[in-house]
Amino acid sequence: MTWDVALILSLDGLANGAIYLLAGLGLVLIFSVTRVVFVPFGDIAAFAALTLAAFETNRLPPTIAMVVALAAIALATEVGSLLRRGQAARIPMAVLTWGLLPLVPCLLAWLASRPGVPASLHVAAAVLLVVPIAPLLARVVFQPIADASSLVLLIVSLALHFLLSGLGLLFFGPEGSRTQALVSGSLSLGDGFTVSAQIVLMVASAIVLSGIFFLVFERTVAGKALRATAVNRVGARLVGIRPARTALLAYGISSVLAGLIGVLIAPVTTMYYDSGFIIGLKAFVAAIIGGLVSFPVTAIGALAVGLVESFASFYSGALKDVIVFSLLIPVLMLRSFLSRHVEEEDEEVDQ
Amino acid sequence: MKSLIEKLARTTLAAAVSVGFAMGAAAADIKVGLSVSLSGPNSSLGVPYAKGMQAALAFRPEVNGRKIQLIVLDDGSDPTTAGRNARKLAEEDKVDVLMGTSGVPAAIAMAQVARDAKLPMIGLTPIVLDAADNAWFVTVAQPTQLMVDAVVERMSKDGVKSVAYIGFSDGWGDLVYNALVKAAAGAGIKVLGNERYARADSSVTGQVLKLLTMKPDAVMTGGAGTPGALPFLALTERGFKGPMYGQHGLINPDFVRVVGTATQGAIMPTGPVIVAEQLPADYPTRKVAMDFRAVFQKVNNAPSSDAFSAYSFDGWMVLTDALARTKGEPGTTEFRTSLRDAIVTTKEVVGTHGVYNFKPGELYGVDKRARVLVKIENGQWKLVP
Repeated sequence: MTWDVALILSLDGLANGAIYLLAGLGLVLIFSVTRVVFVPFGDIAAFAALTLAAFETNRLPPTIAMVVALAAIALATEVGSLLRRGQAARIPMAVLTWGLLPLVPCLLAWLASRPGVPASLHVAAAVLLVVPIAPLLARVVFQPIADASSLVLLIVSLALHFLLSGLGLLFFGPEGSRTQALVSGSLSLGDGFTVSAQIVLMVASAIVLSGIFFLVFERTVAGKALRATAVNRVGARLVGIRPARTALLAYGISSVLAGLIGVLIAPVTTMYYDSGFIIGLKAFVAAIIGGLVSFPVTAIGALAVGLVESFASFYSGALKDVIVFSLLIPVLMLRSFLSRHVEEEDEEVDQ
Repeated sequence: MKSLIEKLARTTLAAAVSVGFAMGAAAADIKVGLSVSLSGPNSSLGVPYAKGMQAALAFRPEVNGRKIQLIVLDDGSDPTTAGRNARKLAEEDKVDVLMGTSGVPAAIAMAQVARDAKLPMIGLTPIVLDAADNAWFVTVAQPTQLMVDAVVERMSKDGVKSVAYIGFSDGWGDLVYNALVKAAAGAGIKVLGNERYARADSSVTGQVLKLLTMKPDAVMTGGAGTPGALPFLALTERGFKGPMYGQHGLINPDFVRVVGTATQGAIMPTGPVIVAEQLPADYPTRKVAMDFRAVFQKVNNAPSSDAFSAYSFDGWMVLTDALARTKGEPGTTEFRTSLRDAIVTTKEVVGTHGVYNFKPGELYGVDKRARVLVKIENGQWKLVP
């Protein structure tokens, strides 16, 4: 292997690692706050990518209808639970937050799907459109079973993945799409070696977003509430933090991350309705390296997964995924040696 | 009834769910069981296969006054499901003949069921099986060797001395690689490298870099459908200037859409149907190919622009020709045996891809009339003389 090959592989690995990093952050955020391994994360990313592809081919993305339907179901769930608790007075507020708020991105997306809209607005509309998906799913599916065991939550989450990927097939068809590059051109690093601007954009986005993540968690009340809920749900509740609300915030942030992943990756790889799952799975390896709690270690793990994947594809293309997923074995062994095993505590938290 | 079949077929295609629609029809109908990949990574091939079969059914819905009933199942691009579908078609639906499928491993799984159940099967993909052991199986596809030979002949003409290979990490990748090695040895071309990737992979940069370090004159790819576009895109991105070759698994419009304008001039072999309008007027398959296009347009309300739907049509041509020479009542063992004997004695049946002549003990029935070379130019296939 020569240096330039190693350099290209490293860059490719870093670009993939940047994607896994963003996905890993989303997975860890949701898991630490809600104990849900959010398998449909990758599907939401695929939805964003395919929605953008639909915009570019001047089709109305079917995602709009899905978000509207989800909002209706979430609203019905919310109104039902308010009525059961005799809090009918709060229904107008619920209509506003669950019924109307998710429709705003739908309206924007509908406007963006009309001819003559610049590409940058397409990208923004595609990201915004998928933002309500995770919070709405969480309201309908996860909030009522928030106190179930992690295993139940995992299985429900898997079921949701199959539902979403089935819907993806129905909406976007079995064929893959590529979107136009967000940025064109390339950077020259001297000696005839160039890096495509898209890769620079991917890595830069990962750096900027992780920076924002760090700031939000360290400096804002909402971030501190998220951390508090992650550390101890009962304790957080005692000091006035509502777990259900922080959970929704976590889902919302993750949905934004998924949307950004979708539009970042769509120009460099052919996205299929089920492509998101593999991205989520590799990000999960990174999240496991971070023990599903640590953001910095997850970030390092994600970059490691990206680099290992890239170099593995050079040494043995056919065994690439085997090598990536084999990373889990030593990591899990090391983790089980280092950590004290704790039984899952039965938290007595309701909404 | 016919519109119901069409409606159901369309629903099946649109929803791409596994729906078998058995019709409560008269006992004397001939039953054809088709299993294709309507969902999963192979569906970019499977969906056209199914559409082509619907067109073929509309083109020739009955033989000697007997109606033909088509039962379509989705194998989800999974060989195990394809085998299970074949068993279900054989045992529950009691079909008289099996057809399928869009993937090579899945077709092999079906062929085994056909052999065990003593059921004739017309394959639609180029598969390699021991012909002596598979007397119930024939395929309308061109043997991979025939196609790859054409590519290697072209390489010699282009002055290529060494060729690097990248293909799927499955049976199709092996098939193309083996054919390439065999043909290249005869032509004095060196095959460098044997890189593989999975259909679901999102990047082949590593594999392509490895190939480029070997400094090949040209690159040959062994992929199919849209996932087959990946090596072309990666090679173009890495600035590879040499000729790129593909094979017939890539010939579909979605491949062209995904490859976009990035890959100009890649050469691949295909059945003549793809460029039927560019063929000389006296080309033996031109008329049938044009008929096929017309009926496909009528049935599916869309032009046929891929090679796969035409294989289905050819399978149907071979089948209906053989059915006309079959004795006995459909649904009986005698009928199946007689049908098998009729299929393996097919003579000069003109299809869209080629002219078919089957002989007992041979899986393939086409000759050099079944291949032409085409080139991608601005998102169109152009005949390479």
